[in-house]
Amino acid sequence: MIKTENVIKVFHTGSGEVRAVDGVTLHVKSGEVVVIVGPSGSGKSTFLRCLNGLENFSEGHIRIDGQDLADRHVNMNKVRAEVGMVFQQFNLFPHKTVLENLTLAQYRVRHRSKKEALIKAEALLKKVGIHAKVDEYPSRLSGGQQQRVAIARALAMDPKVMLFDEPTSALDPEMVGEVLDVMKQLAREGMTMVVVTHEMGFAREVADRVIFMDEGKIVEEGTPEHFFTAPREERAKLFLKQVL
Amino acid sequence: MKYQQHGWFWRLLLVVILLAGAGQMWYAVNNVEYQWGWQNIPRYFFYKADTPVKAPFDSTVTAITVEGDSATVLLTSESGEKASLTVDAKDLRVKAGEELFDDDTAGYLHQWKTGQLMKGLWVTIWISAVSSVVALIIGMVAGLCRLSSNFTLRGLAGLYIEVIRGTPLLVQIYIAYFLIGTVYNLNREVCGIGALSLFAGAYVAEIIRAGIQAIPKGQAEAARSLGMNSFQTMKDVVLPQAFKKILPPLAGQFISLIKDSSLVSIISIIDLTKAGRDIASSTFATFEIWISVAAMYFVITTLLSQLVYYMERRFRISD
Repeated sequence: MIKTENVIKVFHTGSGEVRAVDGVTLHVKSGEVVVIVGPSGSGKSTFLRCLNGLENFSEGHIRIDGQDLADRHVNMNKVRAEVGMVFQQFNLFPHKTVLENLTLAQYRVRHRSKKEALIKAEALLKKVGIHAKVDEYPSRLSGGQQQRVAIARALAMDPKVMLFDEPTSALDPEMVGEVLDVMKQLAREGMTMVVVTHEMGFAREVADRVIFMDEGKIVEEGTPEHFFTAPREERAKLFLKQVL
Repeated sequence: MKYQQHGWFWRLLLVVILLAGAGQMWYAVNNVEYQWGWQNIPRYFFYKADTPVKAPFDSTVTAITVEGDSATVLLTSESGEKASLTVDAKDLRVKAGEELFDDDTAGYLHQWKTGQLMKGLWVTIWISAVSSVVALIIGMVAGLCRLSSNFTLRGLAGLYIEVIRGTPLLVQIYIAYFLIGTVYNLNREVCGIGALSLFAGAYVAEIIRAGIQAIPKGQAEAARSLGMNSFQTMKDVVLPQAFKKILPPLAGQFISLIKDSSLVSIISIIDLTKAGRDIASSTFATFEIWISVAAMYFVITTLLSQLVYYMERRFRISD
């Protein structure tokens, strides 16, 4: 589903170059849940943003369903429609109601009829547990509700892959659970997911594979049992000691 | 609580200051022995005109029917041609059976007509309205070009904005009329509207650029991540939000445009200011005319700012 090959992302700053992503090779199979963890500044969010082209990468190849993002002839809009993304800051459209947030891209990108889009939107909102507030504006919703709407908005495009960029980091602690529950349900239903998170409990419970990144590189990779109980690398051990 | 207790004091102070100012003005005006003539001013807004109604050809009055205030005169020529004229009953000048020659006056019609000031106001309004729309389009294009990744577009927009903001509007109007207008044979209205639009457009461009930059990047990223292209992202996500933010400064710009439009009077477009100058120079009612003109500008700018205030409140529902 996703195959990356030696992806390098270099940021040019005033004083020199920063290799935010430094040669990441990763293969995510269809239906797999991959959780990327690591200290802040380790390049995990940048790498995730490269996967749907929000960030241009400097070298390497990213193939989504066979389409190489490094190829200039690939239509990025078509690729992105198949790759849903959930942001740390929700990024709901504040000038549109909850329902309109879910229908806008369905009209514009999928060219669905109003009826189709509404049925899809209402079913998804029900799935993420937003029943009553479909005609409210996002600012009237709690953080947890907003993030669930954001997940539903991404799902409305029927994506083949879902990317989560620290989806619970901006939430009050009591709202983290409701968002993680929705993500767990998605994982159980067989959605291909790449999740950048600090929620180790979620990684342990849901991940098929845990990737530990530091300084732009994959340092450790394995099943949750392996990663949480017997990590090989010193940096991974240190990281786990700090977060657990 | 403290402010409420002393509220009356500050109100009183405000009234006293205003009265003192008005009194000083009154005293100063009396000193120059100015002859006020407010009674002459209303006719520059609306006046009743006596229009003579004339026979279209040589004919005989065959019948006159009076209905209320108006009278209908039926005329028949020797060749059998018929015509019917409507005049005011009290200003009927013919009797039944009377013979009229071509162009003889059969009576008068009294009609309300708009005076010079109202005509000028209308010119000011439509010139400002057309300029505002054009300025918005120019500003939108220039503002987007300023944010473009293309160097040429960015450079062109930047140069346009700098040149316009760095030269006086009065000079721009002169150049538009005497230089560009002469070279391309344009009439004065086109030159005036063109100069005003280009002038306001530069400021609108900067407002729009700032408005777009004020929208968090995450909004565009969210839209793009759903597969929307850059045009759809701008149109459906970024611009509606930016527009809400820039409505107050944009309204201020259009209010400025209405006031700046008074400068087109120098290329003899008969707008409100030019009408005022014409009347003032023919009647010497200088004080009354310029007070009236200022009041008329004030009324339209106030109406516009109230309208914007109302729109702002409507948009606030999604906050």
